[in-house]
Amino acid sequence: MSKPSDLVQGTLDMLILKILALEALNGWAISQRLKQISADVLGVSDGSLYPALQKLERRGWIRAEWKFSENNRRAKFYSPTRLGRKQLEKETAHWNRVSTAISGIVKLKEA
Amino acid sequence: MTLEQWLYSLPVRFRSFLHRSQVDQEMQAELRQHLDQQTRENIAQGMSPEEARRSAVLTLGGITQIEQQCRDARGGNFLGDLMQDFRYGFRQLWRSPGFSVLAIVCLTLGIGANAAVFSWMEGILFRPYPLVAHQDRLYAVGGIVQGQSNGDFLSWPDFIDLRRNCTLCEDAFVTSITGSTLNIGDHAEVTTGSIVSANYFDVIGVRPILGRGFQPGEDAGSNSHPVVVISYQFWRNHFKGDPEIIGKTQRLKNVPHTIIGVTPDGFYGTFVGRAIQFWVPACMEETFHGGGYKLEDRGARWIESYVHLKPGVSRAQAQEQISALGARLQNDYTATNRGRSIKLWPLYETPFNHAGELLPILEVMVAVVAFVLLIACANVGNLLLVRAFVRRHEMSVRLAIGASRLRLVKQLLTEGLMLSAIGTAGGLLVAYFCRHALVLLLPTGVGAAMYLPGQMDARVIAVSVGVCLLVTLIVGMVPAFQTRHLDVAGPLKADSSGVVGARGRAWVRSALVVFQVSLSFILLVGAALLLESLQKIRTTSPGFSTTNVAVTGVSLVAAGYDIPRASTFQNELIDRLSGVPGIESAAFAAVTPLGYMTYPSSPIAVDGYQPAPDEQPEIEYNRVGPNYLATLGIPLLSGREFARSDDENAPLVAVVNRTMMMRYWRGQDPTGLRLQVKGRWARVIGVAADAKYESMAETPKPFFYLPLRQDSSREPELNIRTTQPLQSTSAAVLREVHALDENLALYEIISLQEQVNRATSPQLVAVTLVSILGGLALLLAAVGLYGVMSYAVAQSTRELGLRMALGARADNLLRLVLSRGLGLTAAGVLFGTVMALALTRLLGRLLYNVSPHDPVLFGSALVVMTITALSACLLPAWRAARTDPARVLRS
Repeated sequence: MSKPSDLVQGTLDMLILKILALEALNGWAISQRLKQISADVLGVSDGSLYPALQKLERRGWIRAEWKFSENNRRAKFYSPTRLGRKQLEKETAHWNRVSTAISGIVKLKEA
Repeated sequence: MTLEQWLYSLPVRFRSFLHRSQVDQEMQAELRQHLDQQTRENIAQGMSPEEARRSAVLTLGGITQIEQQCRDARGGNFLGDLMQDFRYGFRQLWRSPGFSVLAIVCLTLGIGANAAVFSWMEGILFRPYPLVAHQDRLYAVGGIVQGQSNGDFLSWPDFIDLRRNCTLCEDAFVTSITGSTLNIGDHAEVTTGSIVSANYFDVIGVRPILGRGFQPGEDAGSNSHPVVVISYQFWRNHFKGDPEIIGKTQRLKNVPHTIIGVTPDGFYGTFVGRAIQFWVPACMEETFHGGGYKLEDRGARWIESYVHLKPGVSRAQAQEQISALGARLQNDYTATNRGRSIKLWPLYETPFNHAGELLPILEVMVAVVAFVLLIACANVGNLLLVRAFVRRHEMSVRLAIGASRLRLVKQLLTEGLMLSAIGTAGGLLVAYFCRHALVLLLPTGVGAAMYLPGQMDARVIAVSVGVCLLVTLIVGMVPAFQTRHLDVAGPLKADSSGVVGARGRAWVRSALVVFQVSLSFILLVGAALLLESLQKIRTTSPGFSTTNVAVTGVSLVAAGYDIPRASTFQNELIDRLSGVPGIESAAFAAVTPLGYMTYPSSPIAVDGYQPAPDEQPEIEYNRVGPNYLATLGIPLLSGREFARSDDENAPLVAVVNRTMMMRYWRGQDPTGLRLQVKGRWARVIGVAADAKYESMAETPKPFFYLPLRQDSSREPELNIRTTQPLQSTSAAVLREVHALDENLALYEIISLQEQVNRATSPQLVAVTLVSILGGLALLLAAVGLYGVMSYAVAQSTRELGLRMALGARADNLLRLVLSRGLGLTAAGVLFGTVMALALTRLLGRLLYNVSPHDPVLFGSALVVMTITALSACLLPAWRAARTDPARVLRS
């Protein structure tokens, strides 16, 4: 239930947005996808996923719809809004800039 | 948050507010589904169904917490939370009615006192004239002698120049307070009226409900338009609301006036302190005030004027333009305007009505009621602290189950808001009932004629709501601050009993009590200073005897007497009165000292006195009959006073006072020398001792007397020195008056002492208000002290029992508690003294012959404070002394 403290603030939002940008998914599927990508490294617990989804929805970045899943059960599917996609672009650009800078520093050879 | 984002999130917010339970259900369904799916997945991987379920729950974490986190993340459900907090808060307040009632009473008194003072400030100083348009742009205009601070009046020609030349003014109008005596049965009733310019009703935007206002030009000429607009009240009381009133006549100053209009209900004219009953145009001035035709006399100053500035024009800009005009008038009309300027005053500083004398009182009152409110807040804060301590268990549990600290603070603030909102509603009600109470504080003789309404308008309510929010923050913050110390484990910790008052939380409470004691000590000192000042002002010798002298008047003008006939009547009456047993002497005078009428003044010249270049010696005087000084008991220092032979056929004579002798004759006895008054030379025949003329607080000033018979005068007043009580004197005077003329009526008869009391009524109002509020503050502080001490005793029963078991006697415990209470009081008094030393200077204008740092008065405030503190601590101390060690230690 703890928040992934070693995860840079806002990174979880970006990951969720990225996953949803590819395909509208329900909560459980998002958690599976997150685990697939890198559950061990990022350590996102299922418990922190749902509050994050609520927050994104409140910010107007994703919207939720009740649809039927593959096995014919009604489930809440999330998809990014136009605003969400813009936010993803912004975050990705920012992430690229920051990570390039950081990896540049990390690769510096000690004199 | 950008606008776009806000728009996108709007539907979500609405849903979570309007369909709170549905959103909650959906969220629960979603989480259940997650569990189901995870369980199926786990089964597919070979787990048993139970194991699969348990593992799914484990990976997800505590469902309830996630739900609460989701709710918190969705957050922003401000209104929903608020409603919930309100319901919850209401239940909390309902559950402890004793606490709630005490807190609400404290706040009602605190906020009510503030709202009442605000409403007085609004009704007397800021928006004093109901129904008058644009009072925010209305300013008083008057004349001012250079180098002086007191404003006086304008002349009609000066006003016409002002109206013509002030381009920053929308318009200007004239009022001048006057009165007329209406004979009703055998007593005379004085009605208050205004002499106004013809544009009066147009400029102030008041439309008569019957008939019309004045037409342009109706104010021109000499007594040329005897028309009158009457007030709604006058119309109701004297004409029984006659719908056919327009065109009928009303005798005012014995002149029939045609009634042309009736003003709407709720309009009281434009004079702070009086409800005006009738309005006549400026051309009738001579009829009402006498003393000749003044509309073409630049030297005759009688006008109270007001201007409406154009929107957006500041007072400084307008003052600049008006000062320039004043300077031009000085140049063009040196004879009348030398050394004079024109000045603008905001309504609350209007020099020619009661606003000026009430302003310093109300200023002090604002500070006083703020203190009372702070003391009340401290009390409520203290009560909330006790409750926060009782409720720390509930708070910790809520924290433990996932409420954010912010949410708890919000809850506490909501409870504070509920208390202060109820307190504010009650306070506004209190203020509404007190809005006319200011008049009640005045002596009856003054109060009956005065009209000092409070005004409960949107501005007053807005300020009170502001106060309410401030109070909410103050009282809500105290316990909210305490949640800092809360932690989840809190309630599990054992309750340790400490030494009396030595626990951490008690520190805040003690600080609050010290704060209360210091504030109420300051108020006590203020009340003591004002009381002493009133004592001094009332016991100072006014320079005449106040006992055994009665003042009254006979309404001759209303009965149609001309001046020669009035003079004959006055002589005959004095002769008859001197034959009445008990009456020692009697004399007429144009003005009685300390009355509500102002003295005329005149430019003077004295042989051998060279005025400074920009100085125009102008001195007030009174016109008095023979034996006036003897009747009032004003000592004659040299020469003689007027005799009956000093009449219109005799050479002009004058009596000057001591200060005038000191200033203009350098202390030489001027008896037999010349004095120029109003351009004519008179001979000084005597010197009188200094006296008080207009106010008990004034310092000695130059003054002189002229014989009544040598100066045309309006109705003089009758002063009688008598050994008889007022009532029999009144009966005797009425008998003698009726023996001369059956149709005459007598004014109210009062003693000069009563006159002095009326003149010092502003000081009385200040003393009464500060005493009432000081008493209230003291009571609130005592409640606070009592609360803290009894709580400390209740919390320390174990310790007290232990002490007793170890051999402490009851009086030891009594002393322990009392000394702690007195310790708090001492700390409060110490802070209070330091603050009072700095603050009492603000009473400045209200103090008379009293040092704001008078040690005796500080000492007496200390005594009162100590006695109050002791009585507040007595009950808790007594309870402590009665601690039963056996019972306490067993429990």
